[in-house]
Amino acid sequence: MVNYIWLGMIVFSIIVASMNGHIEIITKAALEGAGEGVKTSLHLISIIAFWLGLMRIAEAAGLVQILASIMRPLTRILFPDLPRDHPALGAIIMNISANILGLGNAATPMGLIAMQELQKINNEPKTASPSMCTFLALNTSCLTLIPSTIIGIRLLHNSSDPTSVVGTTIFATACGMIVGVSVDRLMRFIYRVQGR
Amino acid sequence: MYGVIAEISRWAIPFAIFFILLIASLKGLQVFEIFVEGATEGFATAIKTIPYLVAMLVAINIFRASGAMAIISKQISPLLNNFGFPAEVLSHALMRPLSGSAALGIATNLISTHGPDSFIGQLVSTMQGSTDTTFYVLALYFGSVGVTKYRYAIVAGLAADFTSLVASVYIVNKLFG
Repeated sequence: MVNYIWLGMIVFSIIVASMNGHIEIITKAALEGAGEGVKTSLHLISIIAFWLGLMRIAEAAGLVQILASIMRPLTRILFPDLPRDHPALGAIIMNISANILGLGNAATPMGLIAMQELQKINNEPKTASPSMCTFLALNTSCLTLIPSTIIGIRLLHNSSDPTSVVGTTIFATACGMIVGVSVDRLMRFIYRVQGR
Repeated sequence: MYGVIAEISRWAIPFAIFFILLIASLKGLQVFEIFVEGATEGFATAIKTIPYLVAMLVAINIFRASGAMAIISKQISPLLNNFGFPAEVLSHALMRPLSGSAALGIATNLISTHGPDSFIGQLVSTMQGSTDTTFYVLALYFGSVGVTKYRYAIVAGLAADFTSLVASVYIVNKLFG
């Protein structure tokens, strides 16, 4: 599916640009996008290196496993395919916690660690496993208690109550999370029935 | 209540670093060596995401710059007006799953034009906080492990984003409308 979305976006854009008579924009935008991709990855080196270093210490000290076993009642329902106390569970819990607290910089490395652990037990390395899909549904729809970036911007623009959107954000993310997880569960079931 | 959560958020990372190192040193682990090993692995992971992010951001950037997104936005905006969804905010809603920095730029612009406490300001703030850069996250997370077949992950992610969007419009209309 990602093939069609990707192809569709590019082809449609080129058609629009040529009809509007500014086809030269395409090349410029493509190279800018490529540059942005490299820049983002390079920026990620610092935070991923730092957090992965720290996480390996936490794993060696047995802390990740303890965290995983505390949250087992919840993760057993969400990730029925994963073995008990699998290291991926610890990383997943830390990723979700960081997301909930609005700590984006810490959330990404934990998420990538979780993906690595999930990939180790994935039978088809090129295809997303059901646990990966559930994790990403949780991750992208995650409940947010502290929308820190937007509060900062509201403060900057002299809002009389910068945190007035905290309640509405919690409500909206909670709705999104419920639907995200439900759709994931439904799709997991459909794919299994169809044997895909 | 908000103050308590904000304090937890402020202390969480320093405390986590302190606690992890404390327990590890009590167990007699070679913390420096383990850290460096992990960081080396982290370097490789970050580099591995480059081709995936390049592919995704090229498509997104072309889509934005060519005016293709503006056309789609123009087509659906009259429809949405009926549901208490102002046209100004639509470009943010369409941009949000594609590009975090572009969506934040639109949100900042709307907040400074209309004021943070206006209806549009409250709505775009809630939308910015409650939806995610789904395409970027999928490209990054799947890219880091070399997965190219996303199966239904996009459907679930976009369904969640769409729900958060609808919920934002509903609650902000109800509280600040």
